[in-house]
Amino acid sequence: MNLKEFVYFFLRNKKIITALCILGLLALVSIFGPFLTSYDPLEFASAPYQPPNRQHWLGTNTFGQDLFTQTVYGLRSSLLVGLFGGGLATIIGLIIGFLAGYRGGWFDEILMMLTNILMVIPTLALLIIIAAYLPYRGVLIQSVIIGLTAWPWTARAVRAQTLSLKTREFVDLARITATRSSKIIFQEIMPNMMSYVFMVFILQFGGAILAATGLDFIGLGPTRGISLGIMLQQATLWNAIQLGMWWWVVTPGALITLVVATLYIMNTGLDEVFNPRLREM
Amino acid sequence: MNFSRPKGRDCSEVIFLRKYLLKKILIYVLTFFFAATINWAIPRFMPGNPIHFLIARFATLPESAKVLQSYFTQAFGLDRPLMEQYVNFWRAFFKGDLGISIYLYPQPVLKVILRSLPYTVLLLLPAIIVSFVIGNRFGAFVARKKYLDNIALPIFYTLTAAPYFWFGILLAWLFGVVLKVFPIAGAYSFAMTPSFSWRFVSNYLYHWILPFSSLVLVMLGGWAIGMRNMIIYELEANYSRYMEALGSSQSLIRRYAYRNAILPQVTGLAIQLGTAVAGTLTTEIVFSYPGIGYILMQGILNQDYFLIQGCFLFIIVGVLIANFIVDILYLIIDPRIRKSYTGEI
Repeated sequence: MNLKEFVYFFLRNKKIITALCILGLLALVSIFGPFLTSYDPLEFASAPYQPPNRQHWLGTNTFGQDLFTQTVYGLRSSLLVGLFGGGLATIIGLIIGFLAGYRGGWFDEILMMLTNILMVIPTLALLIIIAAYLPYRGVLIQSVIIGLTAWPWTARAVRAQTLSLKTREFVDLARITATRSSKIIFQEIMPNMMSYVFMVFILQFGGAILAATGLDFIGLGPTRGISLGIMLQQATLWNAIQLGMWWWVVTPGALITLVVATLYIMNTGLDEVFNPRLREM
Repeated sequence: MNFSRPKGRDCSEVIFLRKYLLKKILIYVLTFFFAATINWAIPRFMPGNPIHFLIARFATLPESAKVLQSYFTQAFGLDRPLMEQYVNFWRAFFKGDLGISIYLYPQPVLKVILRSLPYTVLLLLPAIIVSFVIGNRFGAFVARKKYLDNIALPIFYTLTAAPYFWFGILLAWLFGVVLKVFPIAGAYSFAMTPSFSWRFVSNYLYHWILPFSSLVLVMLGGWAIGMRNMIIYELEANYSRYMEALGSSQSLIRRYAYRNAILPQVTGLAIQLGTAVAGTLTTEIVFSYPGIGYILMQGILNQDYFLIQGCFLFIIVGVLIANFIVDILYLIIDPRIRKSYTGEI
């Protein structure tokens, strides 16, 4: 598929356009949101237990912290974890899967053994025991440990993709004409995998956000600062719903759901762009 | 026809089954070994030495710090050479000694975990099975039905994108606080003690229904999307086209498509297990449901490392056993695996 064709279908896909608009809007909120508020996310700003009102757009919690401020800062850290954690997982998965598929032999056997072992171990369980022993956790460290544990399925998928590309005619042709290995990898195989890698990254992005939320909720979130998961954890610990403070729990969870669902829909849209068979007729 | 086959067939099938299962078991044992080693290594090799950090918190109370230091040194056996520590770790493991819980001092970790395990299993297993069955049916039903698909797909996507525990919180708020029809905390009323009486079981089910439904709803979305996509793919396949050309009814074609599409879904079941376990753990916290997830959080909040590590081992063992069950299930529903080994296809 050439670039012109790609852009044509890309811009005509309703799913992608909708998803891009929503994500763009959320990114803007997370970047500029903190400028819209005069509070600090952890500051005890005013009276507790306030439902959404003109002064506190999303209300305040049990401690009188402004929930709008917490939400925009939390959204920022969620998107950062998605970007860094998902990005790292994609890169590691890509490298390991590609090496295993391209080199083959015992190298492949060992890497795939490791991958299969890590695939069976639930990521959250692994994250818990790693995070539990980290005395200080920031958003970046959280992204790194998520990235280091979430790559196995990507590696397996990339390996399968590499194996099928490796045996195509155009690669054989390049090899027969004595093209250098690095040239084959970067000019023949990689371009054909880019679409796939991009979709993997989107899924990893969403996965990293959900994983981080789960970690935050279970008590292993960033030790300083705020995130959407920590807001939900505090809401549960301080019995927000028993006290009828729905505003404390509805927005953070709805935002996470919105981000992840949008990413999934974008992925489906991209799938349609790259695979003509799936396009709506 | 069966009777015309050589007599060796049954025998070779048994040999194959044994080989297949042994291979799987070997991989799972290896995985467990790997996971347990990680579990052992992390407190010892983590940068920043977590145990020192823990003790440093008591710096203002030098007496307590000293006691804590000697407790940890003994409990982890830190004064021994590494190899010996590692061997001791396995020895203790096979004796069922996972250490003493700090949070519920002085109860052994194993006892604490075994007490909460049934609650988690009785929540998780039915949720997985029910969501798998319903989700696949829904997905197959909406596939290639334009209007229905357009309504159902966004719903499925929303369900599967929601964090499990957030959905649990919403249900708890709606049914527990606003409508006041279901309890939202605990696995049974405080006044009761667990027993097999009708009164207790009904009370247990009454508390079980909300966490169970929230798990089922979130899991259902993923299965439905997967099945919908598979059915669309299968309906494009040559055999479906051929049946259509022969004039088969749509429902018959769909039934065949379903039978083919369910196979990758069962594989997906093994892959999704980890996520489902994670979802159950967090959902338990929402409902203060006394399962593994709840005590795990207590362990984390109280820096009870033995409890955290014990929970980790139990989660791994549970997931491995479940994976093995899925392998056997796959063997039963896909005859091609068996037959390819015994040379029938």
